[in-house]
Amino acid sequence: MAYLRSILRSGKNAVPAVLRREFHRTLPAAVQQVTVRDAIKEALDEELERDERVFLLGEEVALFEGAYKVTRGLWKKYGDKRIIDTPITEIGFTGIAVGAAMAGLRPVVEYMSFNFSMQSVDHIINSAAKTYYMSGGLQPVSIVFRGPNGAAPGVAAQHAQCFAAWYGHVPGLKVVSPWSAEDAKGLLKSAIRDDNPVVFLENEIMYSVPFEMSEESQSKDFLIPIGKAKIERKGNHVTLVSHSHVVSRCMDAAAVLAKDGIECEVINLRTIRPMDMEAIETSVMKTKHLITVEGGWPQFGVGGEILARIMEGPGFSYLNAPAVRVTGVDIPMPYAKHLEENTLPQIKDIVFSVKKTLNV
Amino acid sequence: MRKMLTIISNVLRGSASRNGAELVSEGARLVVSARTYADFTPQASFDIKNCDVHKLEEGPPLQAVLTREEGLQYYRTMQTIRRMELKADQLYKQKIIRGFCHLYDGQEACAVGIEAGIKRSDHLITAYRAHGYTYTRGGTVREIMAELTGRRGGIAKGKGGSMHMYTKHFYGGNGIVGAQVPLGAGVALACKYLGKNELCVCLYGDGAANQGQIFETYNMASLWKLPCIFICENNQYGMGTSVERAAASTDYYKRGDFIPGLRVDGMDVLCVREATKFAAEHCKSGKGPILMELLTYRYHGHSMSDPGVSYRTREEIQEVRSKSDPITLLKDRMLSNNMVSVEELKEIDVEVRKEIEDAAQFATTDPEPPLEELCNHIFYNEPPMKVRGISPWIKLKSVS
Repeated sequence: MAYLRSILRSGKNAVPAVLRREFHRTLPAAVQQVTVRDAIKEALDEELERDERVFLLGEEVALFEGAYKVTRGLWKKYGDKRIIDTPITEIGFTGIAVGAAMAGLRPVVEYMSFNFSMQSVDHIINSAAKTYYMSGGLQPVSIVFRGPNGAAPGVAAQHAQCFAAWYGHVPGLKVVSPWSAEDAKGLLKSAIRDDNPVVFLENEIMYSVPFEMSEESQSKDFLIPIGKAKIERKGNHVTLVSHSHVVSRCMDAAAVLAKDGIECEVINLRTIRPMDMEAIETSVMKTKHLITVEGGWPQFGVGGEILARIMEGPGFSYLNAPAVRVTGVDIPMPYAKHLEENTLPQIKDIVFSVKKTLNV
Repeated sequence: MRKMLTIISNVLRGSASRNGAELVSEGARLVVSARTYADFTPQASFDIKNCDVHKLEEGPPLQAVLTREEGLQYYRTMQTIRRMELKADQLYKQKIIRGFCHLYDGQEACAVGIEAGIKRSDHLITAYRAHGYTYTRGGTVREIMAELTGRRGGIAKGKGGSMHMYTKHFYGGNGIVGAQVPLGAGVALACKYLGKNELCVCLYGDGAANQGQIFETYNMASLWKLPCIFICENNQYGMGTSVERAAASTDYYKRGDFIPGLRVDGMDVLCVREATKFAAEHCKSGKGPILMELLTYRYHGHSMSDPGVSYRTREEIQEVRSKSDPITLLKDRMLSNNMVSVEELKEIDVEVRKEIEDAAQFATTDPEPPLEELCNHIFYNEPPMKVRGISPWIKLKSVS
């Protein structure tokens, strides 16, 4: 009887009260659908709660609840001291955040878009990434820079650049690019707990996409190690390596190709730097064919780095065909929908490239 | 009685040069606590220049009290910085120091006066002309010089060089002009966040004063009432560009606009100290940031590759040296008020010279960091990792 009453009381959320764990979390201990946006917020919430030194700053993160609503509810819960709205002064507030990190706090800086981080790049690289080395180990910098990176629908050239290759270039930085909700949560928690500067590249297209979150991933101590890729789909014929929103495209292309009997192994990089070459090499030794797929520009990109390392490593002698890159077109992002669609890798482009590589 | 006084005075004379307060014998201590060593004035009050103020009701006091101990300490510290910089000049010309070397001689009163106005537990950050501050913030001459010569005994293990020296509560040493200002405000934010009643001194030069990020920092520091003392060390030249040729307004103490400011005689260590104390009180009382402009001068060029005479005259440099040298100013004050004897100061000079010689000796003979350490200190608190070498066959290792 009490059980029935509790179900009725909880109303829409038909979760037996006995399975509720914490008062602010209404999730049952079972698999759940969570959007990437909510997964990021959960990670932020849990880390803010866990460590007093963690705080967020960025434009519109507090009262506006986040330009993309990622930080909704956090200011109401934690207040002005821990969730700080900044003026529109990227280089200034990035410098302030890095200084706070030098003095022992653990800031999480939000860029409304990583395109705006170009203003702050001096602080990310010269003040954060290089400092531990230059000081001979005296001055660590524990900081996370996060925000949407890469393409978003209709935002055109100045707002659609992918910075994975730019930040991936720099020793002293860790660069993470999650795809799924679990990726986002586990990697962001690891990034915040990491004592080094981490660039956390989210993607606006993925924010509203729901994923199944395992029971394990709902724990407050669920961490995904930085630097380890994940095999999202096993296959024997060709290795597709990708990161961020493009992983979705690869999975879709793999489903299409499976109908023709071609089984793709899809690797979700998860981390750009340090890159998990071992996972890629192991896969290439099995499939003997490699295609990297990314949304960023081709020249000096993530794919270029992977191919160079395959050339230099044990994987090369296993290849039955040259490894190739599928990338965004080498142009600033256009606005018109048809043009924009033809600037980024689509399912048909990946399918085409696989068939070319396999010579079918 | 006379004989006893002579013995005591000899003991005190010997120990005064180490640190005025340190004493060797019990008997002497008894005499000192009642009244110092017979001949010298224990302390005196000096008139100091008035500071121009901006958005302030009043400025720092017009008089400063200097005790004998303080005077000796300031003298020794300034002299150490002076001689250390001159030795660095020598070593650079011998090609033992390479790359960038920005010398601080002429500006000693700034570093010493600021340190006298804050606590060791406060924080400080500056730009690349940083050797003097590394010293006042606790670095030893040995480790500073060994860092300049790139040896493993250097303060940053030889990894950083002239512009990247760090100590506790001293955040460098920063090579990018202006970048240190938001960093310093960030340190101040941490002070406020952690509730430790500490402040951060953020230094920058007249050249950096036009940087956009500094104005962004003024805005946020003021909005959030960060405990930050912004200090512009105006040595009249940003590299080779004089202030009139770089800034539409050379009233740097007013450039903070809504931030109150003071313009201070940066060649007088007492003036700097009093202004810093005034500024520190302003910050710690929760009023937010304050700005100080120190009028100072560097004898050397911008860096060792700049003779410093293509954009200013030798006469000008000579005039500052003869009329406004900070060490001479202090020395004259102390001597004319009978706070110290010429011999005592000479003794300090000799000791300082020796300290510098020893440090230079160490800095030239200590070995360079070993090649095995090339890739260390990329990440903090990290398990050992592989680093790609120059060619694919070279495998390097990095430990935290």
